[in-house]
Amino acid sequence: MTSQAQPGLWPPSGPEIVFLLLGVVALGSALLVVTTRRLVHAALWLVVCFGALAGCYLVLTAEFVAWVQVLIYVGAIVVLLLFGIMLTRAPIGRSADLDSGNRWAAAVVGVATAGVLVSVVVSGFHTAYTPLEPGQGAAGTLGSSVFRTWVLPFEVLSVLLLSALIGAIALSRTDIGGRE
Amino acid sequence: MHIVYPVVVSALLFSIGVYGVLARRNAILVLMSVELMLNAVNLNLVAFDVWLRDRLHSGQVLTLFVIVIAAAEVGLGLAIVLAVFRTRRTIDVDRLRALSENAAGTDDESGDGDGGGDREGDRNGGGSRGTVASGGGEAAT
Repeated sequence: MTSQAQPGLWPPSGPEIVFLLLGVVALGSALLVVTTRRLVHAALWLVVCFGALAGCYLVLTAEFVAWVQVLIYVGAIVVLLLFGIMLTRAPIGRSADLDSGNRWAAAVVGVATAGVLVSVVVSGFHTAYTPLEPGQGAAGTLGSSVFRTWVLPFEVLSVLLLSALIGAIALSRTDIGGRE
Repeated sequence: MHIVYPVVVSALLFSIGVYGVLARRNAILVLMSVELMLNAVNLNLVAFDVWLRDRLHSGQVLTLFVIVIAAAEVGLGLAIVLAVFRTRRTIDVDRLRALSENAAGTDDESGDGDGGGDREGDRNGGGSRGTVASGGGEAAT
């Protein structure tokens, strides 16, 4: 999708500056999620990270995905994680033993993964450019695509969600035992 | 929009998630890091959908599917974490050594004691809940 009048990588245009700022917010809050010493703060920084990612989707003209992200990730999944923190009686304040002993090995693996991935994608996509056109990810277009082309995976996914919910209920109820 | 910006952000987010999965000890924090990795994949899918101008919008539809699968995953994962917490009274992933080869060995006597206590706790917990539950069960039968 290389157009003829492709602008250079630097200076970034207006939407790219907004995207980069949102990306910095998302990366910083993700780093705080994996390094903070307070369990509840990790869940709240996860809200910031998901919100910034929703902003990134909006800049990328995927508006329906952005609102679904806000509804499901921020609204449902983080609340579920907070319930999990509450039900496992985690300490609210600062707790010292949230990181395991192999933290430095994990840091090495993380930095190596980042190095490999960033060098590969930069060398692969440094010329890729597309102008943004609004309306590509509106609810109407995406809905007609889901219910025309992707209707069979959609139905399979609803069955998967139902079975996962039944499994979660069966796992968390205590009066349904195994076979004695 | 240069595609290199979203894919670099996504690669960095994915590696932060990798670090979190490997370094965290609390099982709920491990689940949060898995969510970070899934979000990195979502950002990649949306960026490539916008770049390729897919007529079927497969990237964004797959993003929606991944969000649904993440919801199912975190629901099941939290149910498993709560079941583990109910029987073991801890969700530290490096203290759950029941499947390790030397779990009953020499290194962690306290872990072994925990293991013994786990079964007792399981039985007691099952019993104490069983008194509540068996009332319901007898009423049901």
